[in-house]
Amino acid sequence: MRSPLTLLLPVLLIVGWEVAAYFIDNPFILPSLTTVIPILLHPFSSEYTLGSGSLVDNAAASLFRVASGFLLAAVIAIPLGIGMGRSHFLHDFLDSTIELLRPIPPLAWVPLALAWFKIGFVSIVFIIFIGAFFPILLNTIDGVKSVKKTWIEVAETLGARERDVLSKVILPGSAPTVWTGLRVGFGIAWMCVVAAEWLPGISRGLGYLILYAYNFGQTNLIIAGMVVIGVIGILIDQIFRAGEKRWFSWRSLER
Amino acid sequence: MTLEILNLSKEFPVPGQPPIQALSGITLTVGDKEFVSVLGPSGCGKTTLLRIVAGLETATSGSITLDGESIDRRSSQMAMIFQEYSLYPWRTIIDNVTFGLEMQNIEERPAREVALEYLHLVGLDEFANRYPYELSGGMRQRVAVARAMAIEPRILLMDEPFGALDAQTRNMLQKELLEIWEKTRKTVLFVTHSVDEAVYLSDRIVVLTARPGRIRKIVDSSLERPRNRTSPEFARIRRCVLDLINESGQPKEDLIVHPPSL
Repeated sequence: MRSPLTLLLPVLLIVGWEVAAYFIDNPFILPSLTTVIPILLHPFSSEYTLGSGSLVDNAAASLFRVASGFLLAAVIAIPLGIGMGRSHFLHDFLDSTIELLRPIPPLAWVPLALAWFKIGFVSIVFIIFIGAFFPILLNTIDGVKSVKKTWIEVAETLGARERDVLSKVILPGSAPTVWTGLRVGFGIAWMCVVAAEWLPGISRGLGYLILYAYNFGQTNLIIAGMVVIGVIGILIDQIFRAGEKRWFSWRSLER
Repeated sequence: MTLEILNLSKEFPVPGQPPIQALSGITLTVGDKEFVSVLGPSGCGKTTLLRIVAGLETATSGSITLDGESIDRRSSQMAMIFQEYSLYPWRTIIDNVTFGLEMQNIEERPAREVALEYLHLVGLDEFANRYPYELSGGMRQRVAVARAMAIEPRILLMDEPFGALDAQTRNMLQKELLEIWEKTRKTVLFVTHSVDEAVYLSDRIVVLTARPGRIRKIVDSSLERPRNRTSPEFARIRRCVLDLINESGQPKEDLIVHPPSL
């Protein structure tokens, strides 16, 4: 059980917020929680969101975009990372380019994405792809390199062919690190989607919703949207952590 | 099964420098069901020799034959046991033991039966569904032995398999290994840096020189088993081997040494 101390600061913040909201008395700067909570209690209704789709609709739109970009990144980055972890040639060939592209923030790709893919779904997926790609790739390379040479040699002396080594040693041996890459990659992708939904011409999604709320001066809706973004982020991170515990506990327990 | 190593040499290339000669002119016959240890100072290439026999590295020159037939790559007649960390931590103990059987496309059920049999042989059948991290170092090496034995090789290659264990565990595993060897009668090539271990286990002890590794002497160590580590005969062979390791110089003309009797 967690200590009650962990709950103290959140409670104080909420109380402080309410007190501050009362004295500031300007819902555009700081709306009272009593105007935020009703929005959160009606996630399926679009009446509370100025007619721009319910919280659930917008969350679903964001999740679908993130999932698309994230899966695309995983499908490309994992095989590439395995190849780079296994082959010095491929590693030396690609490494400098990757190091060059990696520090560019995903959002710096927005203008180029617009130029290439126009405004719309593909551009957003592209930005998310960039955000998720590098953590997945780098963790996969690390994971493959962390596979002990002895594990591979044991397999070889027991008659494993190259594809057995790949499927029965390299993949399970690197899986925990790859999983960490997926978790980190998803976290970044989730951050990217909010900003990518501020692109012109987007009319759904949690990022869109909070900017739309700003344009109408509805700070309570902004905050409700932020809460939903945060909660979904935590939930997915927890799912990844649960998977890590369920399938890869051997890594932390191994001496 | 007889293992013959003929005039084997190994050089490791070093960029911009002459290659490092690791092994030179190794000629050795390990007879059927014989237990032979390879002993030498660190860096003498004893592990390299074993790895070449296992097919994990290639010799620069020389040949290896099994019952007269040359092998170029890995042979399913042989299995190797490594020093440590060789179990797959994501697999249960029994799934570690079935690994080699999976590689031979043996179906799951018969593979598990065979694996249980060998786990029983090393006394770990109750631990079949545990994970390696739940086992001590000595138990893990027993599993590694079971895994190697499960593919029913005719030659066991062992690379300092007990080197990372504490002295007590080590002695116990040596005793168990001999019991298993007496039951299953494999040909064993065993690399170690422990003189005591070599004398306790082997029929013959191959003493290598420092780099490049050449055969310095082959010491006959055929005492009655089980051997008593504190007996005068044991001490005599031990001293003979230790003298060979400590002496400097090149191999002498008579290759096989019979330790002087008391």
